[in-house]
Formats: sequence, C-alpha cells, structure tokens
Amino acid sequence: MSIWFVPRDAAARSMGADAVANALEARGETVVRNGSRGMLWMEPLLERADERHGPRVGWANVTAGQIDAGLPDEQADNFIGAVEAVDYLARQNRWIYERVGITDPVDPEDYMAHGGLTGLKNALAMSASEVVQAVTESGLRGRGGAGFPAGIKWRTVADQAPAPHAGESPSAPAHKYICVNADEGDSGTFADRMLMEGDPFCLLEGMTIAAHAVGADRGLVYLRSEYPDAIATLQSAIWIAREQGWLGNNILGSALCFDVEIRIGAGSYVCGEETAMLESLEGRRGMVRAKPPLPAIKGLFGTPTVINNVLTIASVPSILARGAGAYAALGQNRSLGTQVFQLAGNIARGGIVETPFGISAKALIEDFGGGTRSGRPLRAVQIGGPLGAYLTPEKLDVAMEYEALIEAGGMIGHGGVVLFDDSVNMAEQARFAMDFCVEESCGKCTPCRIGAVRGVETIDKIRAGKDVEANTELLRDLCDVMTQGSLCAMGGLTPNPVLSALNEFPEDFASPVIATG
Amino acid sequence: MSHARYPEWHADAAEALIAPIVAREPGPVLLCLQAVQAHFGYVPGDAVAMIAEACNVSRADVHGVFTFYADLRDTPPPVVPVRLCAAEACQAVGGRELKTEWVAACGDDTELATLTGIDEPIFCLGNCALGPAALVDGELMGCADVARLRAAVTQAQAMGEGA
Repeated sequence: MSIWFVPRDAAARSMGADAVANALEARGETVVRNGSRGMLWMEPLLERADERHGPRVGWANVTAGQIDAGLPDEQADNFIGAVEAVDYLARQNRWIYERVGITDPVDPEDYMAHGGLTGLKNALAMSASEVVQAVTESGLRGRGGAGFPAGIKWRTVADQAPAPHAGESPSAPAHKYICVNADEGDSGTFADRMLMEGDPFCLLEGMTIAAHAVGADRGLVYLRSEYPDAIATLQSAIWIAREQGWLGNNILGSALCFDVEIRIGAGSYVCGEETAMLESLEGRRGMVRAKPPLPAIKGLFGTPTVINNVLTIASVPSILARGAGAYAALGQNRSLGTQVFQLAGNIARGGIVETPFGISAKALIEDFGGGTRSGRPLRAVQIGGPLGAYLTPEKLDVAMEYEALIEAGGMIGHGGVVLFDDSVNMAEQARFAMDFCVEESCGKCTPCRIGAVRGVETIDKIRAGKDVEANTELLRDLCDVMTQGSLCAMGGLTPNPVLSALNEFPEDFASPVIATG
Repeated sequence: MSHARYPEWHADAAEALIAPIVAREPGPVLLCLQAVQAHFGYVPGDAVAMIAEACNVSRADVHGVFTFYADLRDTPPPVVPVRLCAAEACQAVGGRELKTEWVAACGDDTELATLTGIDEPIFCLGNCALGPAALVDGELMGCADVARLRAAVTQAQAMGEGA
C-alpha cells in the first residue's frame, strides 16, 4: 500500500499543504506529515513511497483539487520522478539537513531509523573535553553571522565553574546554560525555522551534546513569535524527548542531567543580538550589553552560558556521528564544513541549499536558483540579511565563505541570499535599511538611535534633489559614525546596505528632476 | 488557537496566570506580560500594576518592558488580524505594492478594515522564497494577493463564528 508524504512545514502549509493532506485522508489514504525538502517553489510537494522507508517519487505544486479528481500518477504534468534524483537535491551535501523532508519530525523511531542519536551516543562515550576537542577540530564556526569558532566558545564555558544566579546566595544551586539563538529575524533566512519544524530532535540532540561538553544543566531556545509552527513543533519534540529519556535526568542511562525549555520572543529584531537576547531572556528590555564580560563567563543570570545559533548547534550531532575530520575536509580556508544557504526574494527556485562553503554566489543563484522569478534581469543581491551589502550581478563570482565575502564588501551573515530584479529602486532600499534601524534599534547607542532617524531624513533630501552633494557627504559621514560608534551590529552594520546602494547604484539616488534635466 | 475569542479582562484570572511564573522564574516580567496577552489578547493597564507588584519591581520597569516589544499591545487585537511582511525578500516580489493594494481595498470596505485592523507590519515571517508573505489570523500565507487575503479573512471569520 502506498504511503503519501505531505510536508507540515509552514512554507508548504502557506501554499495549501493541509488541504492536500485532508484530501488524501478523505480518500482513505495513509498520510505522513514530513518536513519540507527545501525545494520551496515546488510546495506543496507531494511524495509517494511503497513502504515507509522506501524510495519516493513526487508531484510538485499539488492542489486539493488534483487529489479530489483522482490520485496522481506518473502521467500527471506535475510528476517529477524520483525526488532524490532532482538535480537541486542531488547536488547538495546535507549534514545539518540530512533528515529534513525525509522523516516525520516528531516521530522518535523515524529519527533513530535515520541516524538520530548516533552523535549523542558517541559523545556520551567520550569525555567532555574530548567532545569540545572534536568540535574544535571540525572547524565549526558560529552560523549566526559572527563566525566565532564554536569549540573555543565551548572550551571557555567548560573552564568556568557553574554559578548561582546573580543576586542569589553563594550556596544557591549553581548552573550553566545552553542558550540557542532561534531569533531568526533576518529577511531572506528561514533555515532555523525549517530545521526546527523539520527535524527538531536534531536541535535538542545538539544542545544535549553541548551540555555534556561544557557541563550545563539547563537549555533555553529563544524562538521568535513570528514562527508559530516552529514553536509548536519544537514544543512537541521537547515533550516527546522527555518521554524517551533523551532529555531530563540520566539521559540515555548516562550521568548527564539536562532539560530544555522554549522562550518566545516578542517582536524585536535586535534581540537576535546575543547580549540583547540575554536581557530579553531575563525578562527585561532587549538592550545590548557591553562586552566584557563575555556571556561564556557571565551570561544568562550571571552564569557561564553557551550562546549558539540553531544551525551551529544542529551541526554538532552529524559532526559527532560522522567525525570531525570528515566535516573539516569540506569547505575551504577558514570556512569549514557545510552551510545551509537560503535562496529568497525574486528567485525562480527558492529554498534550502546545504553545500560546503566555497560555492560561488553565482552558482547558487543561477545553477540552483534559476535566476529571477519574474524573468527580468537581476539587478542586486543582498547576502547576509538586512545588514548585508547589496552586490551587483558583476560581483557574484565571490566564494560563499566568511572571509571572501568580507573582502568583497559583503558578509555571509546567516546564509540568506535575496534577489532583486531591475524593477528595484536602490535608494528606496537604502532608505528602508535606515528606517528598519529606526524601528528596531534598542536605543542604547546614540549613533544608532538618532543616526538612523537622520539617515532616513538625509536620504529623503538627496532623493528630493536638495543639496545633493553636501547631503551625500553628510550621509557618508553619518554612516561612518554609526559604524564606529555602535556597540552591536544593528547600528554598526546598517551602513552596509546603505553605502553599497549609494556606491553601486548612484543613479537611483538622483531625483527625477535632475535625472530628466 | 488562532480563532479563539479572548475572555474579558478578569483580575483573578490574571493573578492565577502571573503567580506561578513569578514563583518559578528568575526573570519573570516579560513572561508575565506575554502570558497575560496570550490569555486576554492584550495587556490592560491594570495588568502592568499587578505584574509590577508581583515581581517586586516598579510600574515604570514593567511599562519599559511593555513598550520595548512590538508584539505587546494595550488594546484588544482585531478579530481577524492581517499582517503583511514588510522586509526585503518580500519587497523584492511586490510586498510594497501588495500593501498599497490592501490598504486601498480596506479603504473601500470599512467592515474589512475594522475586522482586520488593515495591517500591522511585521518584519519577516520566514517564508522568503514564497513571498509576498502574510499572516492572517495567525496562519501563514505564501504568494499573497488581495483576493487570497480576502478569502482567508472570510474563512477565518467563518471558523471564528463557528467556534
């Protein structure tokens, strides 16, 4: 008997996946709600297998109406054949995403049948220090954007003694925390979301390995409120993991005691900055903290705290399962292993591409992405989120890795790649970057809080043709002050999109009067 | 979850929400505000005072947290809230134009405007390959247009009335 797979991922649901699943169930068919394969332009992507773990064939952009008219077959126009033979998937090298789209995300047996818990079991057979060493040797760096080596951060936390919460007596219970930053606020990024919806046990397993490595007893996932499906799926996974003995006391029969809870964000972009996130987790305004002290030494409630992005932590189980050396053999220079790139915006084939670092932006955009969705010429690409520079199509030979992108004036950020066709007005995009900073600045640093407001006003003056030369100089000066005088990336990097728009697309800043005169 | 009609403000019910959080959590203020909003749909001024007292902080402290976060509101939400993504990836596929069209549609239809609150912009829903993205009564929509938004609002309203 056939088994049908319909993704429960929010992106698939946003295109009608629930109606497809309901239509199949109404016909008495067996339906599994899997994660999404990440070929988002095909959603809802329906798959069929003859047995639970057998090979699958698929149909793209299925509607409930198609199911009502009859079960789809190989003659249907939207039949895509063997799903894993689709070029987009076949050319990836999936580590973090190895199970996403294949398994039922909240089925523990499915998780183990596809290699789940192998990394944790290997880690528990090693000493804490050996696990830290393995993560260090893998070359894994922070996937949130800053690129700090995960092993060094873990070593720092491992070297600290657990501490009572700040303000409590020295004899109060002492803790270390694993805080996962799932405040994926960058436009054009959705890899954290899809991992939490598509393989939440992987994140929990990674957190548990981290807890073993550094001696932490508590874990928190700071998850943005804009992701209700991810919150629900991860919460289910936490309950199931506790029942399975994967969280709680004496995990998998070991001495390790560790539990995880979700904390939900409240609509603040800057809380993705790690110290603002700590403030928010402590129940306060999400104001950025000055460093030092490093969170690894005095983090959440004053205790030693590992703060890692979802993708960083979710890389760990596969590194421990397949070996640090195998991971470090991928990638290039100081960017080792794989990155989960996210193709977004005006793109024909948007979605998830996990591949070793070093692939060119052009290969991602053209070979995987298929160019713009509108079919119009590509004009600009923003890599690394709202604080990333806009690159011109001529600059896309750049290798997608931490250092090469910085040299090219960009940044890898969280791996998002957003395409714009030639209908974009880059002065409007520069204005938006400043306006976004007005909305989302925490207000601690004056250059960010006030500078962004002045930035919007100055761009408006330039676009209106008022003292263009003087105001352009003023805008550059303002960007310099914001870059140099802000504690965190919000104020410090907002000038990236602004200046790249100004430098690469100056014609868009000319007022209509000047342009035609 | 998303179609629930919120109960009227009730101080005892609020106390019952807040007390266990304060007893258990080392940094309870934001959690209390979120719990009150999740239950009542918004955070009335009375709740701010109540949370301040329960957490042993000043009302100004609680007000400061309340005003920092875009999610927190001091008035009840619209019956079927519509939120359009205002971030870059959706801008690249007509997000700004959709907003203009939607506001115009609500301008011509006061019932629709009241029902949906027109639009409270949101920065990124994580549906960046299938934009423009929108959230209608908590449900994510990809490739949004005015017709699909209208249909989703009608459907959410019907489900709400049926509940």
